[in-house]
Amino acid sequence: MAELTLWEAIRRAHDEEMANDPLVIAMGEDVGLAGGTYKCTLGLFDKYGPERIIDTPISEGSFTGIAIGASFLGVRPIVEIMSVNFAWLAMDQLFNTAAKVRYMSGGQLEAPIVMRSPGGTAHQLGAQHSARMEKVFMGVAGLRVVTPSTPKQAYGLLKSAVRCNDPVFIYEHERMYGLKGEVPDGEFFHPLEGSEVMRSGSDVTLFGYNLSTHWNLEAAKALAALGVEAEVVDLYSLSPLDRAGIRDSVRRTHRAIIVDEAEAPVGVGAEVMAIINEECFFDLDAAPVRVTSLNVPVPYAANLEHVAIPNPSWVVDAAKTMLGIGG
Amino acid sequence: MDTDQKKHLLRDMLFARRFEESCYEAYVERKIGGFLHLYPGQEACCFGVMSAARPGEDYVITGYRDHVHAIACGADPGEVMAELYGKANGSSGGFGGSMHIFDVKKHFMGGYAIVGGPFPLAAGMAMALKMKGQEAIAICFLGDAANNQGTFHETMNMASVWKLPVLFVCENNLYGIGTSIERSTAELDQYKRVAGYNIAAAMADGQDVVAVHDAATIAVDHVRNTRTPYFLELKTYRFRGHSMSDGGKYRSREEENEWKQRDPVRLLKDALVAEGALTEADYKAMDRELLKRIEDDIVPFAEQGPLPDVADVEAHVLSPDLRWARGEV
Repeated sequence: MAELTLWEAIRRAHDEEMANDPLVIAMGEDVGLAGGTYKCTLGLFDKYGPERIIDTPISEGSFTGIAIGASFLGVRPIVEIMSVNFAWLAMDQLFNTAAKVRYMSGGQLEAPIVMRSPGGTAHQLGAQHSARMEKVFMGVAGLRVVTPSTPKQAYGLLKSAVRCNDPVFIYEHERMYGLKGEVPDGEFFHPLEGSEVMRSGSDVTLFGYNLSTHWNLEAAKALAALGVEAEVVDLYSLSPLDRAGIRDSVRRTHRAIIVDEAEAPVGVGAEVMAIINEECFFDLDAAPVRVTSLNVPVPYAANLEHVAIPNPSWVVDAAKTMLGIGG
Repeated sequence: MDTDQKKHLLRDMLFARRFEESCYEAYVERKIGGFLHLYPGQEACCFGVMSAARPGEDYVITGYRDHVHAIACGADPGEVMAELYGKANGSSGGFGGSMHIFDVKKHFMGGYAIVGGPFPLAAGMAMALKMKGQEAIAICFLGDAANNQGTFHETMNMASVWKLPVLFVCENNLYGIGTSIERSTAELDQYKRVAGYNIAAAMADGQDVVAVHDAATIAVDHVRNTRTPYFLELKTYRFRGHSMSDGGKYRSREEENEWKQRDPVRLLKDALVAEGALTEADYKAMDRELLKRIEDDIVPFAEQGPLPDVADVEAHVLSPDLRWARGEV
């Protein structure tokens, strides 16, 4: 078992999938000669050439459409959108075509593309480079949405996404590419559906994904010092959400806090709460709460950004309030 | 083009005309729902190009005015009609409707209802054909108004830079829904707009199927042989409204009547009569035979087809192959 950074894990998944199938390609802005903005395709241009590691012009809408069209005829494109903020420009092709073509063709055609993109807030990038758009992707039938919180997940989810016949959006966190973690030496495919219990506990469940899972693990440590055992559940599959996993955890802890770096409205927290209502309302000992960003475009000034975006102390505070712990 | 081929095209175009008129009647009788965009007036564009291409082998994609393109690729007209009726025996099993006809086995890769959306899809199919070393080409039929979308410019650029074997056919019917090209578009000749992308381009009379065939032969040969894109503009006119909900207030009756003098079906018929290759009686007999086929076979196939099973309403959302979703590998 090797320790890899998250970007190295993604790079390894690209390399293995491209070696396995000559119809797997990667495309995006600066993925080739420049080696990828976050190094996720570093060195692969030399290995696979410009026909398979394709540097695109800055035309997100249409290069996504080109990837979808290629996928109609069996190509397996991995599209990198340099920043999820730019994915708005690709929404038409992804939502109106990739997600719907299987359905509206009565199952004749499919668009097995992978779109990966970094998002989230990252040290004063300002309003147009700090989007957390996963809730938008989650609302579209026909599209799978996954988000890795560890290098192992990043590797295995990308491998499965390439092989899966559905369009898959992989939301990566901009601040997490340097995160180190164990990745099995042998090839493996992480299931695209489900959730992962990262820490077991009996008093409250902290639901999160990618960066917020790490906030929750940190918060759980602080809560343990107060005698509270928090369960940390990682929702690596955002669409579909793991109804059974959410239910089972709430049945164990009877309390739920959903921690989401995005703004609250129409978000992951709302969706998880709805699932709790539908699946296990009478198992609750307290009303579930959300820890989210303020509903503002992300400000630039560091002090403003700090008060707009959650951190582990917000999670600890929410748990203390829920459990009636003073101080 | 020899006389037999012209007669064949006349038959195809007349059939398409009668098929679309039959759709109109069914719509008025509320037997079909949704939006309905009909093709009369533009038949020479589709059949002229496809007569120069390889239907069933080349990959064709278009917008929402798609019934005739599907049929020209070899789709069964009964299945196309049944799709309009929302029936399980329709070409998309009743999941698509008029704007989403698909016949992937015939390489008709669909009708899409976002204007300009198919440009990159066509270029992507061409990229796949290039990667796989296949001789087929991709053909994208869209209207002039699609050229005002960003996808037009982005796709022309990439198709040119990446040398993709794709033929873009612009059926310039002079209106984007209810707004004329003069009121919406800075350059009226659409083929000139790709000059900035270094793409070979030409224009032809979209009402003259022989002229379309000749221009398309050059275009298709260019794409197939050089494996680079080509843009063919066809000047044409739709005789009906944009869709069935079109009030028709944006065009003058004079203009419509002027264009109807250049009906592509009648122009070809008159040419064949003038050549002595066809009589008016032959033409009428052909028309009767085609109408009979529509009335006796195609419409009943649609009307008598079964409705989709409501138990299937969630079918086709995601792949039935769940191995990767479940980690069963």
